[in-house]
Amino acid sequence: MTQDYRPGGPRHRLLSVLVENKAGVLARVAGLFSRRGYNIFSLAVAPTDNERFSRISIVVDVESSPLEQVVAQLDKLINVVEIGELHPDEAREAELLLVSVTANANERSQVIQLVGVFAGRIVDVGHDAITVMVAGAPELLDDFESLMRPYGIAGIQRTGRIALPKLDSQASSMTTAGIA
Amino acid sequence: MELTGAQALVKSLEMQEVEVIFGLPGGAILPVYDPIIDSPIRHILVRHEQGAGHMAEGYAQATGRPGVAMVTSGPGATNIVTALADAYMDSIPLVVVTGQVATSAIGTDAFQESDTTGITLGVTKHNWLVTDAADIPQIVREAFHIATTGRPGPVLIDVPKDIATSMMEWYWPDGVDLPGYHPASQPDRAAISAAAELVAAAERPVIYAGGGILKSRASNALRELAELTGIPVVTTLMARGCFPDSHPLCLGMPGMHGNYTAVTAMQQADLLLALGSRFDDRVTGKVSAFAPRAKVVHVDIDKAEIGKVRRPEVAIHADCRLAIEGLIESITASGPPDKGRLEPWIATLSKWQEQYPYTYDRSEPDNAEVLAGSSGRRPTLKPQYVIEQLRALTPPDTVLVSGVGQHQMWASQHWSFEHPNTWINSGGLGTMGFAVPAAIGAKVGRPDRMVWAVDGDGCFQMTAQELATATAERIPVKIAILNNAYLGMVRQWQHMFYEERYSEVYLSPDLPDYVGWAEAMGCVGLRVESSEEVTPAIEKANEIDDRPVVIDFRTDSMEQVFPMVPAGASNDDIVVHPSQRVRGSEVSQ
Repeated sequence: MTQDYRPGGPRHRLLSVLVENKAGVLARVAGLFSRRGYNIFSLAVAPTDNERFSRISIVVDVESSPLEQVVAQLDKLINVVEIGELHPDEAREAELLLVSVTANANERSQVIQLVGVFAGRIVDVGHDAITVMVAGAPELLDDFESLMRPYGIAGIQRTGRIALPKLDSQASSMTTAGIA
Repeated sequence: MELTGAQALVKSLEMQEVEVIFGLPGGAILPVYDPIIDSPIRHILVRHEQGAGHMAEGYAQATGRPGVAMVTSGPGATNIVTALADAYMDSIPLVVVTGQVATSAIGTDAFQESDTTGITLGVTKHNWLVTDAADIPQIVREAFHIATTGRPGPVLIDVPKDIATSMMEWYWPDGVDLPGYHPASQPDRAAISAAAELVAAAERPVIYAGGGILKSRASNALRELAELTGIPVVTTLMARGCFPDSHPLCLGMPGMHGNYTAVTAMQQADLLLALGSRFDDRVTGKVSAFAPRAKVVHVDIDKAEIGKVRRPEVAIHADCRLAIEGLIESITASGPPDKGRLEPWIATLSKWQEQYPYTYDRSEPDNAEVLAGSSGRRPTLKPQYVIEQLRALTPPDTVLVSGVGQHQMWASQHWSFEHPNTWINSGGLGTMGFAVPAAIGAKVGRPDRMVWAVDGDGCFQMTAQELATATAERIPVKIAILNNAYLGMVRQWQHMFYEERYSEVYLSPDLPDYVGWAEAMGCVGLRVESSEEVTPAIEKANEIDDRPVVIDFRTDSMEQVFPMVPAGASNDDIVVHPSQRVRGSEVSQ
């Protein structure tokens, strides 16, 4: 994996999309990406504090299409209320990772130690494997993932990035005025 | 007042001042068809749901009002998908209502179930699956609002059968509640000023007028702008008629089969004013070689069109008419434009127009021996001649409808359009079979106008069952089949690019018997095999006003459409008519 492919690399841009919380909205967004040939690196959806709206965080690969075109097409979806790009410098980003690591009795303590360093939590323990949950910045999770790999990863799931603007920054398009 | 969902739906359509619905009933939509009996809305019973969709498109194109179609679930819905896709490409406002299986049966593979909102996601501006009868008035109001504002387009409302039969308390909403929908309208002042400056400085400007001119009803504004500035105008396939072909500043159609002057003017231009046009591949040819020296001002109501193909120097995201009016105001404010500056450019264009008009080899009318049919020799009647005679013998505001292929290009080339909304065709999707139903819809919308369809024999066979609809509903459309016994445009490509290896393009001039077909459908059928029969046949057709007329014009199957820019080639490599090629290399700017 080259630097460019890493989350936060120049090919990857994070969009925070406020959508109406209606049936089929995710299909509309995903369908738009597939029919226009845009690539999604990761995608996370969750309700907001206003039950009428949900927020979709999409990491877009801008190699195939310019971000401006992706945003303009997204904006045409009737249920899309607002689109903002979050620059890594101006955003608090987080991601959740669950990983099952094969670790025998000898290795287990090393893994547990690393989990401690990354402020993770052990959520399940088996005879020769443990399942760990780590939350944090995507780059942090990348590091953790690569540290776990030598032990053997039996299963892994990441949520994709979610983000909000930093409180002291004024990312222009991210205001939610008039929506509450 | 308590109403069923079905009654509320029909009443909502009445509130939207719908005057006609094109449709065909079936199981899931049955409840909605019952209140239609009591409604003042006219219903036109089609023979195939695709026909309903194209009729609604023709109606919308001819009137500027949204077309409405209603069909049942499953196959009814899938049959109208082509028309939705066509309307989506050409930005035609449609409201399509589909029946759906009962909510309890959705997802169970019930009889005539299809995932209609899923299937039509990519070919509608928006769609709804109604889950509560109480939502119906709100959804209908929003559907018409979305279909007709901003960049117009088709929308679809999917109504499950149990929703149509459940009760709701009638209301009519005050407005729409669409927090994510804010169509552009007014242009940005600074952008208008920047565009006006480019106009003032340009020496070889061209107005590249697209379908957005018609959608925004900007024909008069466009004419004012052209006359004020002296800038010549090309009208794309979707914009034919938005600027009169007889106007001295009109250069006609650009693109793959556009005329030499329109194509080359854009190639040589130093400024393109793209007004409601979208740099379609059929216009630009090879994009990297398109109008290489031109600065671009791009006006579009759809922000996603701006910069999609060509990055403009000035982007104006606005309603086309308001932008043109703004531009006129801005230009006028700085004194009368110096039109003299454009004289060398206009002179060059005039020279090209003189050298490279549309042309074709005229057939010899006396040469009766080589005429078609029984002699077994190919007809010599030229399709272009038929179009010219049709134009000459019909009122200037005649609505011309076409299908897709050679006949469509000849119609656009050889018809002289003088009024907006008099040309209806399938531009973006290229839907064969469009003409017959679209002409019927156009005639329903504009019964005061003469409506002619120019169709190909291949296209005609795709949807000609709708002639039964036209006869039954007394819709006197006139159909001119340019019958060359081939899928002509495909044949032309096989001729030019596949070494004349003709694969699956021959249709036969006699099968079906088009006159017999017309008569079986209650129409008048006429056959024309020679040039001298053309005028009498058209005159006869023009006199018939109580039923549809079909004329089977047996035309020369070898005829090709010129000029032509081969697919993927630069517009500089335009191939003109063989008779003009000798001089091709001598052309200078």
